[in-house]
Amino acid sequence: MRKDFLKGVSDGLPIGLGYFSVAFGFGIMAVGANISAFFAWLISASNMTSAGQAAGVEVIAAGGTLIEMALTQLVINLRYSLMAFSLTQKLDKSFTTPKRLLVSCCITDEVYAMAVSRKGKISPSYMAGLFFLPFVGWTGGTLAGAFASQLLPEALSDVMGILLYGMFIAIFIPVAKKSRPVLIAVLVAAAISILFRYVLTFVGTGFAIILSAVIASALCGALFPVKEDEEQ
Amino acid sequence: MSILLYIAVMAGVTYLVRMIPFTLFRKQIKSRYIRSVLYYLPYAVLSAMTIPAIFYSTGNLTTAAVGTAVAVILAYFNKPLIVVALAAAASAFIAGLIV
Repeated sequence: MRKDFLKGVSDGLPIGLGYFSVAFGFGIMAVGANISAFFAWLISASNMTSAGQAAGVEVIAAGGTLIEMALTQLVINLRYSLMAFSLTQKLDKSFTTPKRLLVSCCITDEVYAMAVSRKGKISPSYMAGLFFLPFVGWTGGTLAGAFASQLLPEALSDVMGILLYGMFIAIFIPVAKKSRPVLIAVLVAAAISILFRYVLTFVGTGFAIILSAVIASALCGALFPVKEDEEQ
Repeated sequence: MSILLYIAVMAGVTYLVRMIPFTLFRKQIKSRYIRSVLYYLPYAVLSAMTIPAIFYSTGNLTTAAVGTAVAVILAYFNKPLIVVALAAAASAFIAGLIV
């Protein structure tokens, strides 16, 4: 399935470029928390998650317990369970258990969004290809950021934080523009998320994201059931 | 505490939250309602992650708002992922030089 792999690689290129710049910011952050470039790289290679890693570095820097680390990661990264579950509906027949065990580590926000919005079923080769450049970009960007952190002016490293969100916007706005139900799902999720941030502040960030998304999707699923062809 | 222990716990938990549902769930969902919810879910997740967090992503509300506006406009005109992301950062940087 060489063709599938190459298609995946080309779909993964913009994600890889985006990840490089975002991971650059993570590398700077990790070095700032007295983590060496090698360990920063190891964290990126073994986690592949932006929000989880940022929170993890905070726990390490604060000398937190391992239980706290585990809980933080569980809550912030629980959204991947939803994505993994949703992605199982798109897998083709060749996804055996060993392949699922391997490919499951590829599920990041953008890789998931790209894979799930693709027409038809997806193969293990496509997922491997899709993950390739994001992995190179994420780990390479972390190293580059860790080494360059001394050289980069603060004004520049500050604005790196917006890159990741810019990518998110580039994924959901074009779909929301075409589909009114998606637009409503996006607006409802944002409204609930704002509510958690400013009013229901006792709910942690990870839970707030999950609840906002699930409530908005459950509502839109009831109001606007999708037709078979829309899902593809 | 050794940093390797921290990293092992981090990586282990992060792997399990992805692996368990991905490996164990095999059935095609028949319910039209659940399929509809799953269709809306990724967009709702991305929206909830972005708003309002994006406004705090640069450490300055004004520069973040400029970057957000630029990202929304470019995304509306279907510009590629990387263009939208880099333009958001560049415009926030330029706004930071002015304010």
